[in-house]
This record gives sequence, structure tokens and C-alpha cells, in this order.
Amino acid sequence: MIALELSDVGKTFTMHLRGGIRLRAVAGVSFAVSPGRCVVLAGPSGAGKSSILKMIYGSYRCEQGRILVRHGEELIDVGQAEPRRILNLRREVLGCVAQFLRAVPRVAALDVVAEPLGRPTAAADRTRASELLRRLNVPEHLWGLAPATFSGGEQQRVNIARGFLPELPILLLDEPTASLDVANRKVVVDLIREKKRHGVAIVAIVHDEEVRDAVADHVIDVTRFATAA
Amino acid sequence: MTAIDADPPLLIAQGLGKWYGRQLGCRDISFDLYEGEVLAVVGESGSGKSTLLQLLSTQLQPSSGRIHYRMRDGVTRDLATLSEAERRLLFRTDWGYVHQDPTLGLRMAVSAGGNVGERLMAVGWRHYGRIRSTATDWLDRVEIDSRRIDETPRSYSGGMRQRLQIARNLVTRPRLVFMDEPTGGLDVSVQARLLDLLRGIVADLGLAAVVVTHDLAVARLLSHRIMVMKGGEAIETGLTDQVLDDPREPYTQLLVASILPP
Repeated sequence: MIALELSDVGKTFTMHLRGGIRLRAVAGVSFAVSPGRCVVLAGPSGAGKSSILKMIYGSYRCEQGRILVRHGEELIDVGQAEPRRILNLRREVLGCVAQFLRAVPRVAALDVVAEPLGRPTAAADRTRASELLRRLNVPEHLWGLAPATFSGGEQQRVNIARGFLPELPILLLDEPTASLDVANRKVVVDLIREKKRHGVAIVAIVHDEEVRDAVADHVIDVTRFATAA
Repeated sequence: MTAIDADPPLLIAQGLGKWYGRQLGCRDISFDLYEGEVLAVVGESGSGKSTLLQLLSTQLQPSSGRIHYRMRDGVTRDLATLSEAERRLLFRTDWGYVHQDPTLGLRMAVSAGGNVGERLMAVGWRHYGRIRSTATDWLDRVEIDSRRIDETPRSYSGGMRQRLQIARNLVTRPRLVFMDEPTGGLDVSVQARLLDLLRGIVADLGLAAVVVTHDLAVARLLSHRIMVMKGGEAIETGLTDQVLDDPREPYTQLLVASILPP
């Protein structure tokens, strides 16, 4: 069974403010991910790795090719799906850890983490959120504070907790370990492995080789897609 | 099939247009809005976004097009066919309208508690104690010190007035709220507080909302979907992050590129 499949996906940006020049981010991207497997996208920055993740999540439009996401018995083409359907996928299928935490003023870290599970925050969700924050070594005195003032590493760990807390069948990770120390990188590796054991299909961008070797079932060189077109 | 296919839209706009004589307000606006969904309408002044909001909330008669709304009894009705009494009832119970200028949405000579309680009385509440305690709850919810419940909003700051207007609108638990530049004219720190409050309440109550704003940060924080308007037309629509992170139209790219980083 396939959880996620990309066939011949391409992305070209038209930059109207720069005379309408067209920039090709990626072309001809094809791969599939099964439940419990982790595909790592590799390649230098600018190769289009993040663009691929954003197209799967639906925050970039996908006009070329097809991105199929399994939602129960259905396969949904993200590129063709209505906004409402994509929001539904994000609630029920697609988890995501973006590169940066988009901090909302005044919302406490604990609520930021628990929010994807639904509002208002239920007591059980709060407990689970605190367990995860503890595991990621976010000091307890920070949980009640808004993350806007946290250090980069602390923000990233809040971000990771937020992405890992919901139990969804697909997880997209954009550089989850970039600003973490060794101990916390290890925690993230463990978290990824647990997700895999629970049958989660993962697509990750990971530069750190140690982390990559520890989690990847399959490494895809994204530059291959850029040149293939 | 999953559950999302089951429930029909709350609001359906079809080919809405408005001409003021020979002057175009807006034209050919169509969209569906579902329960719990927040649509931001963004664009510059003169783009037709306020006209659209007034059409949707039946404060203006469209020159063309239709609006359908699913009433509380589950029946979807053409708003043009409602009687004046039905329309007023809708406004009092199922809809809210948050004006940019809170003095337009509040009764300035009436106490804060009265402003909130009045909406409850309009839907038939009679028990003074319950009205007052519900009003107090709502003041609390919008972070107004309940010891100031008997003051009129004249003595309130701009941010407090706006929060009071929100409480007044939401106390009857409407399903749809229209907001016209809800954070316009407020200081930045006051804006942040209000936005955060709105975001929380909208999510907690599962409200549907149409929010008109020229501020893309407001749209980013509050909305699920964005409609970009220019010269009276909807030139781009999509998921909020799609429109802001991957804008397609030249004008949308210009708007997005014009945001000053903090």
C-alpha cells in the first residue's frame, strides 16, 4: 500500500515583479512512500526540496503532475483538491514540521503544541503536549510563555512537538534537527523511529548525515529531478 | 466518502455584482463558505471589498447575482426572498457584524453590560440575573474587567471598545460573523491582542467569518482562505498559505512583496 505518491510533479514560479521571468524549482519529481517508511530528500539548498514538501502539504500550488495522498480508502490529488479538502487532509492525514515556528503572539508554548489536536485544549491533550515538551528538553518554566521570545533551538523544539503530537498517517519534516544540539537530535531521531513503527509515512529534509543514516529508508537526490527535465 | 462531503455550505455567493450608477463596486463574485471557515477578503481601498461585505450582509442590494444562506432550521434560502422581519431576526441571532469603528456597532450611551445584554434581550432573554451573568462572562472572555460593566463605552479605550463590540456580536452565538477591518485604527500592540483574542474565539466557537482587511498579517493569522480583490473583481483565491506563500497574480505578488518585515 502507498501512503503518498508523486508522479512527474513540477513547479515553476513566474516572478511578475521581475519582468515575468520563470524560475523552475523542480520538474519530473516521482516517488512513493509506504506506511512506516521514511524518504529523505537530499540535495544542496535551492534544489527544490522545500518546494516539494510545500506542494505535498498544499501550501504551494502544484500545477504539473500529480500528488496522491491516501485518506482512508480514498486517494486525493492535492494539486486538484479544493481548499476545504486540503484543510481536512491537514487535520486528518498530513502532519508537518516546518522549518520555522510561526509564532502567534500571546499563545503559550503548551497551547501552541496542543493546538493541532483541537481547540479549546483538552486536559488529556495538554498532558500529552507536556510529555513531549519534557522529552524534547524544553524547560518547564517556558511552557506557559509565548515562544516568540525563545531561542532558535527552543522554538524549533516547540515546533517539533507541535508537528509530532497529532497521530497522523503522513509526516513532513523540513530540517527538524537544524538548530538542535546532539542530545536533542537524538530525541528527534527516536521520535521519528517511533512514528515509523506506528506506520507513519515520512518525507524529510535532513542535512545532518548521522540523523539521515539513522532514519532514512530511501534517500532521493532532488538534483536528479532538476536536471532530468 | 468522508464527512466533509456531507454538509452543505453555510453561505453561497453566486455572480454577485454591484454598480453605483456607472461606477463599479464589484462584479462576478462567487464563493462558498462552510461552517467554521474564515474567508479573508484582501485588497486596497476602492477594490470593492467593503461593497462585497455589505452585499453579503444584505445591507446593500446587489445589481446582479444571488446569495443563499443555510438557516438554523437547515433550509437553504435565497436571501433576496427573506421578509424584512426574517432578515432582522437573522441579524439579531445568527449573524454578527463587527465594524471597523466600534462606535457604529455599539450604543455609546448604554453601559457595557447593557450593550451585551441588549442582544440577548432581542432574542427573548428576560431574566435579568442570567443576562447580567452572561454579559459578565463575555466581558471576561474579551478581557474587559467586569468591574467596568456599568460604564458606558465612552470611557473605554479604542481597543476595549472593539473588544466590547466583539462580545456584543458573539453573545448570541451566531454562526456567521462579518468583520470590516476589525483591527484597523488600533495601535499595533492593541491589534496583536485583539487578533489573538479573535483567533481564539473564532476557533473555539467554530465560527464562520468573512473578514475584510487590507492587512495580510491579519489574513494570515485569522483566515483559512483568501480572496484577493482588485478593481472590483476577485483576481485570486485559494488557501491562505497558498495565496501568501505562492501568489500567482502580479498584483498579489506585489501585495505580498510589500509587507515590511518586523
